[in-house]
Amino acid sequence: MPIDIDLIRKDFPLINDEVAYLDNAATTQKPECVINAISDYYRTSNANPMRGLYKLSVAATDAYENARTKVASFINAKYPSEIVFTRNATESINLVAETYAMANLGEGDSILISIAEHHSNLLPWQRVAAAKGCKLKYIDTDESGKITVEAFKAAVTADVKFVAINQISNVLGTLNPVREFSKIAHDNGAKILVDASQSVPHIKVDVTDIDCDFLVFSGHKIYAPMGIGALYGKKELLESMPPFLRGGEMIDYVTRDSATFTEVPHKFEAGTVNVEGAAGLTAALDYVSAIGIDEIAKREEYLTKIAFEKLSNVPHVKILGSSDYVDHHGILTFVIEGVHPHDIAYIMDADDVCVRAGHHCAQPLMKHLGVMSTTRASISFYNTEDEIDRFVRSVAGIRSKMGYAE
Amino acid sequence: MPNNTFYNEILTEHNIRPFHKKKLENPDFTLEGVNPSCGDDIILALKVDDDVITDGAFEGDGCAISQASCDMMLDLIIGRPKAEALELADIFLRMIKSKITDEEKDRLEEAGILEDISHMPARVKCAVLGWHTMEEIFKGATEGSATTEDM
Repeated sequence: MPIDIDLIRKDFPLINDEVAYLDNAATTQKPECVINAISDYYRTSNANPMRGLYKLSVAATDAYENARTKVASFINAKYPSEIVFTRNATESINLVAETYAMANLGEGDSILISIAEHHSNLLPWQRVAAAKGCKLKYIDTDESGKITVEAFKAAVTADVKFVAINQISNVLGTLNPVREFSKIAHDNGAKILVDASQSVPHIKVDVTDIDCDFLVFSGHKIYAPMGIGALYGKKELLESMPPFLRGGEMIDYVTRDSATFTEVPHKFEAGTVNVEGAAGLTAALDYVSAIGIDEIAKREEYLTKIAFEKLSNVPHVKILGSSDYVDHHGILTFVIEGVHPHDIAYIMDADDVCVRAGHHCAQPLMKHLGVMSTTRASISFYNTEDEIDRFVRSVAGIRSKMGYAE
Repeated sequence: MPNNTFYNEILTEHNIRPFHKKKLENPDFTLEGVNPSCGDDIILALKVDDDVITDGAFEGDGCAISQASCDMMLDLIIGRPKAEALELADIFLRMIKSKITDEEKDRLEEAGILEDISHMPARVKCAVLGWHTMEEIFKGATEGSATTEDM
């Protein structure tokens, strides 16, 4: 069913015609159903889950485990136990780095990441490389912001034992062919982690089809609350990995000197878990599923096309990455000649347009692209043509406000 | 709430055509000032003769506020004794952080237009970068760099 945008916008308390919210790659606004799911959880089902031997605790456990089943089905994992809840994608990546990578990588091995990784998919690997004496290798994007299958294949040399790469870049919006990348990594005997933070909210993501070993995303970028994220890992890999954090809820048996750990995924979920976040995530995935991720993708591509074409026509503006809108997936990162991005974002705020300015947690990519910092507008399906117009008008007015004659 | 009038003619003029943004030959002091989180990065160079600032210049990149503020500072301090420059820096930093008297604001000349920055916490470090770097020079910092991130 096509999206009725007027109805959709009414679902979001912070989406209105006063302010154009175009920072969706940073975080999305939340629909009422998600906000209600959080308060409903506390009104109807709150107790410490997992261990309580009473009905309310069972209700809390159900709310939490339902979310796991929901996530598994949303990304087409084989088993719910392949989903580990974390705080966010950053924690998910750190979990894999500190457990799988620390236990399995060593001297002579290389970790391959792309130059277009968010710092969250870079710093954990720097740490593993330093701690285990392995090498951190980068694959660069080409002049259109892409990494081709051929270039990737050439970068996966015999020493590469682990690949960590985004599916959609948070700066360029480029979609990596991660299915092909997985096959190449596996043919080389390497494991692959896919950072799907910018893809899960916008396109259909299917871990069985991709055949990646790990995949991570944050709930808050897909209309769910902050503080809940997911790690998908193939069952046999998760089972083989040591625990991440240690404490309550992740043990079978503890003595004075030792402990045995419980089964996955609970082995990786020490301490009291974020049930309100899980309840909100369930509501968010239900919401997205009811609209249809393909409908969302279609509308976002349409809005991206309009925004890309209009922004391209503004003098002194340069959009980073591909010159074809279909490669941008709602993300338009740009520079305006002679104006610093912080001044741009500030002036746009005065026009009630919310955009992001800075290095977007991707400093090595900024250096690779030869820019200090940039401004990014990022689109969600709840945005409108009018908001795109307001955004482009605001951009077009900036140079004169900064004192340039044209 | 922000408003566009903040980017007024004085500020944009100092940003687009900074009078003191150039290389200074044979400076007595140079120090880099950086705000890593926003990428403001200046190198402040001063010539000092008998405790009087005889010339100054800056190079680098940053937002309009960081660049204009540094240019206005140099307008103000060149030709003045070091002690007076530090006094003006103290007034400027107090203006950004809290309040100053009208007399004090007059002493800052054009730099007084940055008073409203105090309402914009995210931009404060941009405005004070040049001033803080100058303070660090006179406190004896000769290597490394100054930053306003932890002020």
